[in-house]
Amino acid sequence: MTKLDARIPSGPLADKWSSHKESIRLVNPANRTKLDIILVGTGLAGAAAASTLGELGYNVKAFCFQDTPRRAHSVAAQGGINAAKNYKNDGDSVYRLFYDLIKGGDYRAREANVYRAAEVSNQSIDQLVAAGVPFARDYSGYLDNRSFGGVQVSRTFYSRGITGQQCLLGAYSGLIRQMAKGKVTMYPRRDMLEVVVVDGEARGIITRNLVTGEIERHSGHAVVLATGGYGTIYYLATLAVGSNATAAWAAHRKGALFANPSFVQIHPTSLPQLNDYQAKLTLMSESLRNDGRIWVPKAKGDKRPPNTIPEGERDYYLERRYPAFGNLVPRDVASRAAKERCDAGYGVGETGLSVYLDFSGAIEKQGKKAIEAKYGNLFEMYHKLTGSDPYREPMRIYPAGHYTMGGLWVDYNLMTTVRGLFSIGESNFSDHGANRLGAGSLMQCAGDGYFILPVTIGDYLSDKIKEPRMPVDGPDFDAAEKDARDKLDRLMGSGGKQTVTSLHKRLGRIMWDDCGMVRDGGGLANALGALADLKEEFWRDVKVPGRQDQLNQELEKAVRVADFLELGELMCRDALDRKESCGAHFREESQTPEGEALRIDEEYSYVAAWEYQGEDAGHKLHKEPLVFENVEIKERSYK
Amino acid sequence: MKMKLKIWRQASAEDKGGFVVYDLDGVSQEMSLLEMLDYLNTTLIERGEEPVAFDHDCREGICGCCSLFVNGRPHGPAKDTTTCELRMTKFAEGSTIVIEPWRSRVFPVVRDLIVDRSSFDEILQAGGFISANAGAAPEANSLPVSRDNAEEAIDTAACIGCGACVAACPNGSAMLFVASKVSQLALLPQGRLEAKQRVRDMVAKADELGFGSCGNMGACEAECPKGIKIAHIARLNREFVRAAF
Ligand SMILES: Cc1cc2nc3c(=O)[nH]c(=O)nc-3n(C[C@H](O)[C@H](O)[C@H](O)COP(=O)(O)OP(=O)(O)OC[C@H]3O[C@@H](n4cnc5c(N)ncnc54)[C@H](O)[C@@H]3O)c2cc1C
Ligand code: FES
Repeated sequence: MTKLDARIPSGPLADKWSSHKESIRLVNPANRTKLDIILVGTGLAGAAAASTLGELGYNVKAFCFQDTPRRAHSVAAQGGINAAKNYKNDGDSVYRLFYDLIKGGDYRAREANVYRAAEVSNQSIDQLVAAGVPFARDYSGYLDNRSFGGVQVSRTFYSRGITGQQCLLGAYSGLIRQMAKGKVTMYPRRDMLEVVVVDGEARGIITRNLVTGEIERHSGHAVVLATGGYGTIYYLATLAVGSNATAAWAAHRKGALFANPSFVQIHPTSLPQLNDYQAKLTLMSESLRNDGRIWVPKAKGDKRPPNTIPEGERDYYLERRYPAFGNLVPRDVASRAAKERCDAGYGVGETGLSVYLDFSGAIEKQGKKAIEAKYGNLFEMYHKLTGSDPYREPMRIYPAGHYTMGGLWVDYNLMTTVRGLFSIGESNFSDHGANRLGAGSLMQCAGDGYFILPVTIGDYLSDKIKEPRMPVDGPDFDAAEKDARDKLDRLMGSGGKQTVTSLHKRLGRIMWDDCGMVRDGGGLANALGALADLKEEFWRDVKVPGRQDQLNQELEKAVRVADFLELGELMCRDALDRKESCGAHFREESQTPEGEALRIDEEYSYVAAWEYQGEDAGHKLHKEPLVFENVEIKERSYK
Repeated sequence: MKMKLKIWRQASAEDKGGFVVYDLDGVSQEMSLLEMLDYLNTTLIERGEEPVAFDHDCREGICGCCSLFVNGRPHGPAKDTTTCELRMTKFAEGSTIVIEPWRSRVFPVVRDLIVDRSSFDEILQAGGFISANAGAAPEANSLPVSRDNAEEAIDTAACIGCGACVAACPNGSAMLFVASKVSQLALLPQGRLEAKQRVRDMVAKADELGFGSCGNMGACEAECPKGIKIAHIARLNREFVRAAF
């Protein structure tokens, strides 16, 4: 049976990381060159890790499903990356950043990890700047900051609306530099299908070459997953179309516990759905809420064009409900408030499923030029996608699935419950509790990849220096490859009639309706039934054309949806089990008289970590109790 | 809307390939071009045919995956737009849309509309980085960068590595791609130390890989979905000359 031990170092919070680094076992430089690390996923977290591990001398074999690491979905992050530099002299500090993250996560994250994330954030900015990331500067030539939802300081570093692209390309430039030196070997256009576990330790992976269809075996002394989030389970989400849970789910099936799977952030400012064939929802950066005001008409079903609705007939509902934070309340609060207005019949647009985000006041006050400098490319993107000009007319926005706080359970060393199997970036559950604050993910990804994993993995690898490279023909590799092949054969051979996409859409609908912004016991129980039926229907009736031994995008999708169907069940089970509301997890049954999320700390102050027990054997719940010694637990109020 | 689609189909790199014409009914103006292809693929799968393979991921103009030659232009007729951002409103009811993969010797077709752009990664490996190890970086504000330089560096760093510049160029030159990286790093003080080596190595690598030379025709600038300016090639040339001394 798996036992949870987070291995949190003792001592005062602020000293934990430095004393851990001092006491942790290391691998000397000569020995590092004998050790191979398999790294799946080269987004910001993975690329930063690949470059640093390569610099340290390890041999890194890195994998991604796109044709090059530069296209990982980190590229799409718009708004920014946080750090506690206190350049604005507005009272920021590592402790305050830590506190904001813990509070923003609604007291459902582990103190020690969160503090460390805040602590290394400054180093990440130094590193990214040194790598040539062109962050915005003020006229003095120093770095500029903006503020983001859920906090009262300015600590967000940014490059216009393309911060993720710039951070990723910075990390990727380190990765390709190590490729040139022969320390990193890149395997693009690969899907990781299985983890190979030998004597309880992760020693390899099975991949499918997406161009030739070949099934490949790779061995290493440790395996790191940096495979991103699984928000595409909703079908329509702000994530890239190819984002998936397959690698994490493969790890889960091999013994890695999956933590807080139902904690999903629904982002308040995405473009609404425009047509039935839409493949994704485009995010409009949260930074827009700095200057944009959100409103709906005061009258139900008011269909007048927005500019003709007089000021007095508009309901700026966030400012009304949350006077202290106004339009800058955290994402989950803003999303639910939009849903509440739309469900009550005040939504705008043809479907009534959107609200206005209005810049007219800001343009009047600051001038069009100033607004253009801050948001030019976002406005352009909106204009291109919708045909409406946000300089003249308010944007229309609606919440969309965005970020998965849940993920593989990891200890303080970022190791999962399978020895030698690590998880970094969005693919782990570590730093954001039940809700992530804006600009916190890039911060975590850079920190995990550049500064944390490269140290903590040494502790594990120091035991491995005498172990030679493992041949890939052992029985565990055979078995893992067989599992991968069986699944592909089953998908190809089902001979059904329904396209993968049509089934994925139905899955997304179930998840969105019953395990989305608002959940309740009845809905979740129904969803579990519906998912079981859909899973059965999927395997009986899915249609995958073409062949296995060639580039086959339908097969790639089918593999992903098959795993999403299982993950969906676990998400609903997790959501059902947690009868409190916390952060993005809002249980209808648990709210304050004013309709805010009501935590039940006595019962639910824990991380829910689920153990896989076999395809039809259900999951077993393990609880990691959360202890708060450095913050006072409060109602998370933004009023 | 009803559309006629003339699409390049090629089973593999070895296959000769050719155009196939599809009549597609029920296209909506609200769709993007890629959503229209998704829709076509649904109808193909339902008819028992193999869907058209094409690269895509973010669907919002930032990852650089999508790479279609539409009616004779990389990323189609709209300015500053990637294929995934292209809306069907740009096409008239009943018209024919010709869709091909990037055409370039150095971007061989993998299947249908998917090409191999790994040569771009190779160019960057030759010098598209600053040699800064994690842990050694100085405090970020210790190196001020003038606001103008920082803004210009962002303009050129916005390159998404899609390859439209190469596909647009009659010579198949990658100079706009190379220049965007050389220029970005040359504009920043932290990139200056390695500037000479960088420009020499990257240009040499592009030559070695078989990209053509720049004839100053400007097709790359006209087709770049990120509006990267050919003036950066002039900067690259200056850097190149400087590197000779
Ligand atoms: C539209 C958008 C805007 C955002 N804006 C911000 C922001 O402003 N600030 C912020 O902090 N955060 C933001 N986020 C969140 C943040 O961008 C992500 O959480 C973060 O970039 C994830 O990085 P990652 O390295 O963990 O994963 P990713 O960048 O998603 O990379 C995943 C990697 O894993 C690979 N992979 C996945 N599955 C497999 C498989 N089965 N086999 C092989 N390889 C695989 C992929 O190829 C890729 O290389 C935003 C997110 C979105 C969607
Ligand atoms: S799909 Fe990412 S740029 Fe078009």
